[in-house]
Amino acid sequence: MTTGVLLSARDISVRFGGVLAVNQVSFDVHRGEVFTLIGPNGAGKTTVFNLISRIYTPTSGSIEYDGTPLLAHAPHEIAPLGIARTFQNIELFEHATVLQNLLIGRHVHRETGFWSQLFFTRATRDAEVRARHKAEEVIDLLELQKHRDSLVAGLPYGVRKVVELARALCTEPKLLLLDEPSSGLNVEETDDMAFWIRDIRDELGVTVLMVEHDMALVSKVSDRVLAMNQGEVLALGTPAEVQSHPGVVEAYLGSAGDVESLRRKAA
Amino acid sequence: MQLLQIIISGIAQGCIYGLIALGFVLIYKATETVNFAQGELMMLGAFCGLALMTVLGFPFWLAVLSAIAAMALFGIGLERVVIRPILGQPAFSVVMLTIGIGYVTRGLITMIPTIGTETHTLPVPYKDQAWTVGALVLNVEQMVVIAATALLSALLYAMFRFTKLGIAMQASSQNQLAAYYMGIPVKRLNGLVWGLAAAVAAVAGLLLAPITFVHANMGFIGLKAFPAAVVGGFGSLPGAIVGGLVIGLVEALAGFYLPEGFKDIAAYVVVLVMLVVRPNGLFGEKLRKKV
Amino acid sequence: MRFIFKTRYEQDIRLAKHGGQVFWYSVLMAVMLLAPWIVSEYWLAQVTFILIYAVVGLGLMLLSGFTGQFSLGHAAFLGVGAYTQAALTNAGVPFPLALVAAAGISALVGVIVGLPALRLKGIYLGIATLAFGFIVEEVFARWESVTGGNAGKHVKDPSLFGWTVESGEPFYYLCLVITVLATLAILNLLRSPTGRAFVAIRDSEISAQSMGIHLARFKTMSFAISAALAGVGGALYAHKLKFISPDQFGVLQSIDLILMIVIGGLGSVHGAFLGAIFLITMPQAIALAKDYLPDAIALAPGLQGVVYGSVLIAFVLFEPLGLYGRWLKFRTWFQLFPFYRRGMFKRQKSFQKSERLK
Repeated sequence: MTTGVLLSARDISVRFGGVLAVNQVSFDVHRGEVFTLIGPNGAGKTTVFNLISRIYTPTSGSIEYDGTPLLAHAPHEIAPLGIARTFQNIELFEHATVLQNLLIGRHVHRETGFWSQLFFTRATRDAEVRARHKAEEVIDLLELQKHRDSLVAGLPYGVRKVVELARALCTEPKLLLLDEPSSGLNVEETDDMAFWIRDIRDELGVTVLMVEHDMALVSKVSDRVLAMNQGEVLALGTPAEVQSHPGVVEAYLGSAGDVESLRRKAA
Repeated sequence: MQLLQIIISGIAQGCIYGLIALGFVLIYKATETVNFAQGELMMLGAFCGLALMTVLGFPFWLAVLSAIAAMALFGIGLERVVIRPILGQPAFSVVMLTIGIGYVTRGLITMIPTIGTETHTLPVPYKDQAWTVGALVLNVEQMVVIAATALLSALLYAMFRFTKLGIAMQASSQNQLAAYYMGIPVKRLNGLVWGLAAAVAAVAGLLLAPITFVHANMGFIGLKAFPAAVVGGFGSLPGAIVGGLVIGLVEALAGFYLPEGFKDIAAYVVVLVMLVVRPNGLFGEKLRKKV
Repeated sequence: MRFIFKTRYEQDIRLAKHGGQVFWYSVLMAVMLLAPWIVSEYWLAQVTFILIYAVVGLGLMLLSGFTGQFSLGHAAFLGVGAYTQAALTNAGVPFPLALVAAAGISALVGVIVGLPALRLKGIYLGIATLAFGFIVEEVFARWESVTGGNAGKHVKDPSLFGWTVESGEPFYYLCLVITVLATLAILNLLRSPTGRAFVAIRDSEISAQSMGIHLARFKTMSFAISAALAGVGGALYAHKLKFISPDQFGVLQSIDLILMIVIGGLGSVHGAFLGAIFLITMPQAIALAKDYLPDAIALAPGLQGVVYGSVLIAFVLFEPLGLYGRWLKFRTWFQLFPFYRRGMFKRQKSFQKSERLK
């Protein structure tokens, strides 16, 4: 049964030592939407991503994806399910070329086994060509042609962010987790990113779950927004609703009372 | 009674392993690199002491202190000339570099005419002495090893806990770039750490010399010190000593109770067991990358 | 200058990227086939050793250079292969079967050694493999019924389809065939998903997992393949030397193997061959140079160690990309002349940031 809900997190909490990083967080991500997590630093947004990627295990709660419980899976089983992610601090394969990075993204779609690859049979050769073809489609979408054969280690930051995105797209995901896609990018690059995120949703039909700080980008591309603070949910709704929510304003800017205490006392 | 003798012997040997492991851990804590030449530094320290005592005729205490000082300077110099230029390269490169240093050091000592290829005795004042406590015969050489190790450990603990230098070293080891920004002279600190590690190695060499004699292949004992450092937990200074003691004891007991050959591999079996059961060692830190 | 205009994906997937490569490698093959007529018997034996070490080097390069798994006890696999081959050949088993058994048993030992690798990284893995190396060496010395213990074991010549392959020319060709096959196998793996998975594990394990790569499976695979190749190399080594003993497979041999791939150029298939050439020819070069050095230095027993160590230090300091890296720079200079810029191969400096987390 295909409901409209692709990912469903129910009361997930995770504790590291004495710190409750995520506390009873629940949300649903609908198919085909762009769902954004916002919140000040330390709110637990990337931790939620790491829980979905199964890098961490929640101390309580459950996550359901496309009808199956996610917690039953190991970290390397997440990509075959159709979930891809990018990392906040870029985790590319530095000593490989951009193309090789993208081809590694095709790993979940490999068609032949060890022995066939050892002898590089016709089947492996054809599978390689098909994988190359798919990688080239992503390169076309994200305009990475001139960096195709460059070693990642020497590329500028903005390009590496795009390569991260490209690599995730090569896995042909149903759900794409983007961790701060615009951090470190200048205005033009952020605009490009906004267009790409919309293309990913509209043309590729991929559901996007995003963590972001740039409110302009959030307003431009998001369908719904979840605001978090100190591991807890603050508000959920459209970008406009959440941005004007008093609790969210307070979390980012502090309350009116705070400002009073900073005023200089009259002489 | 014989069991007690063996235990004491094991503890003494363990102290040597612990001291060498201490050198590893010092360098690892400061620069997160592993120094495969630590055994060779120990060998150099022993030869240095030998040269000072026999060739230059220094009295015992002067020779010991001079050897330690000389090795400390050598360590600082080594870091300056060979290690510093590769600041910024991956850890594997540094390990290979230290392996190379070990080869060169061993080779150069072997090349010294006549002295290099022979085995020498270090003329220490307490040589071959023994104390008799009831039915127990205590080898003074072993007692000196244990006492010296305890003293040195206490001094180092005090340094790291209470002095600015110690805290600066720890900061530099956790995040070099941040340490630079905080005004910590990272390069100079690294030099000091190497100097300290070399000095500790010298002490180990001088303590070991009466027991195993001074020869160019002394450094291979360093290979047993790795398991000691791992058992204790690679980032932990007290762990290095404890790890050394564990290895020393297991070795001594294996040599007595188990058939021939087990003594040589006892250290390695212990480390494998430890790596399976508790990969971070007894006092080690949890290694986890934050993404 | 050479411009390669690519019009088909096959051009990138092929082993030989352009006509020039086809030409030069064909010349190399021709030279290798004609070697017995070109060089003396002594040097042919040296070339045979180069091939044997290259095969082992390919395995170690795959494990350490491409999968990033530090292996300080690799000589143990060499020994397992050597002793398996010796035991089976002496019992009359024909060469191909014995070789497969040597590779298989080495691979099995490799899987066992690789088990700690699944949880360990960096220096801890190095220590674990070092420990295994020592234990296996001790087993060779103690298990006298099979290995002959410290007294060593004589090895008969291999028998292939009824013929005895004698040492010298016939054995050289046997080694050549095996080396070529091993190289092709490794090159095939590296241009397929398996090889890329290895590289992914080396560069970022967390990222590799999120791409769907099963870490345990591929790490184990890497250990197994690497050990199997070392086993094959060990089998050939046993036949070449005709006599093996446990001390040939100790920590010094392991360090020699690592030296070989580092100086050759970590992370390249060429590096295995260049490293093997270095390892075998260096003692010869030292022997030749001895005539020109003053007696005090030339006759000293520690000379080889000093030279090895100095070369290693020099490479790490000045040419971290190894011999292959230096060759690439030279070739690029030549191809781009006079447009070569000095900083072209400069690697980014990375400041050490501890990955330890309390």
